[in-house]
Amino acid sequence: MELTKINTIIDKYPQKQSVLIQLLLDIQGEFNWISQDAIQRISERLGIPVSQIYRVASFYKAMSLTPRGKHVINVCMGTACHVRGATRIINKLEESLGIKTGETTEDRNFTLERVNCLGCCALGPVMVVDKDYHGKMTPAKVEAVLKEYN
Amino acid sequence: MARINSPKELEELRQKILSQRDPNKPCITLCSGTACHASGSENIAAIFLQELEKEGLKADVDFRRTGCHGFCERGPIVVIYPEEICYLQVQPEDVPEIISQTIKEKKVIDRLLYADPTTGEKVTYEPEIPFYKNQKQVVFGTNRRIDPTSIEDYLAIGGYRALAKALFEMTPEQVVNEVTKANLRGRGGGGFPTGRKWETTRDAPGEPKYVIVNADEGDPGAYMDRSLLEGNPHSVLEGLVIGAYAIGSHEGFIYVRQEYPLAVENVYIAIKQAEEYGLLGKNILGSGFDFTIDVHRGAGAFVSGESSALMTAIEGRVGEPRPKYIRTAVSGIWDKPSNLNNVETWANVPLIIDRGANWYTSIGTEGSKGTKIFSLVGKVNNTGLVEVPMGVTLREIIYNIGGGIPGGKKFKAVQTGGPSGGVIPEKYLDAPVDFDELTKLDSMMGSGGMIVMDEDTCVVDVARYFIDFLCDESCGKCVPCREGLKHMREILDDIVSGRGKPGDIELLEGISRIMARASLCALGQTAPNPVLTTIKYFRDEYEAHIEEKRCPALVCKDLISFYIDPSKCQACMICGRECPVGAISGGKGLVHIIDQDKCTRCGTCFDVCPARFSAVRKISGEPVPEAIPEAERVLARGK
Repeated sequence: MELTKINTIIDKYPQKQSVLIQLLLDIQGEFNWISQDAIQRISERLGIPVSQIYRVASFYKAMSLTPRGKHVINVCMGTACHVRGATRIINKLEESLGIKTGETTEDRNFTLERVNCLGCCALGPVMVVDKDYHGKMTPAKVEAVLKEYN
Repeated sequence: MARINSPKELEELRQKILSQRDPNKPCITLCSGTACHASGSENIAAIFLQELEKEGLKADVDFRRTGCHGFCERGPIVVIYPEEICYLQVQPEDVPEIISQTIKEKKVIDRLLYADPTTGEKVTYEPEIPFYKNQKQVVFGTNRRIDPTSIEDYLAIGGYRALAKALFEMTPEQVVNEVTKANLRGRGGGGFPTGRKWETTRDAPGEPKYVIVNADEGDPGAYMDRSLLEGNPHSVLEGLVIGAYAIGSHEGFIYVRQEYPLAVENVYIAIKQAEEYGLLGKNILGSGFDFTIDVHRGAGAFVSGESSALMTAIEGRVGEPRPKYIRTAVSGIWDKPSNLNNVETWANVPLIIDRGANWYTSIGTEGSKGTKIFSLVGKVNNTGLVEVPMGVTLREIIYNIGGGIPGGKKFKAVQTGGPSGGVIPEKYLDAPVDFDELTKLDSMMGSGGMIVMDEDTCVVDVARYFIDFLCDESCGKCVPCREGLKHMREILDDIVSGRGKPGDIELLEGISRIMARASLCALGQTAPNPVLTTIKYFRDEYEAHIEEKRCPALVCKDLISFYIDPSKCQACMICGRECPVGAISGGKGLVHIIDQDKCTRCGTCFDVCPARFSAVRKISGEPVPEAIPEAERVLARGK
């Protein structure tokens, strides 16, 4: 099942090394993380050493080598959000979820991450859960937002 | 759609599109940029379409989703043509009223109009709102007139006319000369003359040559490139094809952040449309010139926006910079000559070709021509994207367009140039903004981020924020950047948490000097700027943190305490209920007291205390007053 999907993604691209990053982004988009199987498969099909694929996948922030939660929370840490108090939002989220930034809750429901500016500075501080934007956040609003995804 | 095979056919198509459009027909436009999208514009669009259908107005009224208008603070924005009536912060429930009142009855709905924050005076038409009136929107203004997913809209406003002119009326050399004459300087930060860069790639030995759009807009707090690319992608494509023709390139790349999903989507749509019309691909407009574009999504690495790193990423490898003894214009992607310009630079090109270098150089200052789009964010009333001629002052941008500082607070500083830029204090508010003047103030233009700070912003905390950001983003290839940033972060962490020592400021300055001279790429070379400028202009604040363990702006968590003023507390129990750690004691009629040992300084009590009481205070650099005796806690209410 998973391998079929991975193959379909690989088939979309010409078989050359320059597609690697695009390929990994698609796999990340499909599965929310990049598994060892996926890396193995790309290595076999494109003839790129596994070590090289790991190097790319571990360098870029958008790629995750561990499974992520059902809902991914991204707190914008751009400058505009920072001066409007984004740190307090992330502190509150860490406290409510009982995890640190970059971690996933035990029940695999939430992964908490930070992102360097989403470019909707007018709404800052902003947190994005999956694809939903929650603007003008305050620590007091955090619990209510989390409840929507429980 | 049929392929266009000559400039004549292009003009015929344009006339045909225009003849089918009645400028007097009512048209409802809705901003669908990322910020308005996030404020629910898609839902509003659905309701508009539904209502128009229901009212049987579909044939009489056009509806259009447009690119970003720039006034993001007041989104979602609806503008009704031909009058250009502008409604701000439109909610789903307002839609039926807009249809029944404004569309049917031609009546303006007062409550949805822009109101001047000081006088309360209402403004009906979009161009008359001070936020727009004080701008000069040459590049960005078209965004709000077109649907970014419609090439016909772009053609209707004169799109691809410059391309036809370049291909059929000019030689590649003439195109390069025109851009050189216009003195277009790179909008990505460096301000390097675009014409010279093109010439270098053009003259460099080696084939094929590549042209690249850098849309890896990584500066936090800057989003003009995203808004251009998602709001008017064809203007960037047109600039790129013109550049490719001038340089002699047949293959181009657009490198765009994957954090900008809407921009990625709209670029793909635009490329497909341009290909179908024969404006991209083989034999463009029948000129014999071939050019194709590939889109590469960036995967979240700030350093990959650096030219050599970006090119390595396009090759599918880790996007790290390399020493640039040989410039990328000579040896870039796969060691071939590669010309890289940022989104805004490319979007300027069609204008220069269409209207000429003489027109272009009539805007701006001696050394910096044309306009610049800034992302005006932070502690400012009108957050948004503003386009101004080079040379206007910071004060004009922040006050006349930005509407000043919210909440009656005092302006403290403005940060320009992103993590490579500096902080500019109040005394330079009248400095003109262009490439050279900002450099004189030890800051830089950068890509156009302008983050306004008020008295409640701690500059030491901001410096720490940028160093922390860069520390995470440094690729680690060279020692001065990797180790220098780490040490700077440690020192700044100490300062903001009350562990600062005498000599720390000098140590920061010393590390900065070495990093600026010895780092491999611009990331490390310019990384110390936010620290150096804050030390230069706000040294007293650093000293207060280090010597008095005091944060003058009352921001740094470890240096402040929260205290409830017993003379103001009305014992309403709101803060007690909201405190996440149960640190507040008190009850009905009993003045509340914060247990300082339990308090985590999250600031919730400060936020929730009703403004009419304002009983919660922040204290820094002095001890928290003793709690009042139990007997005096009982509140005597006049019941």
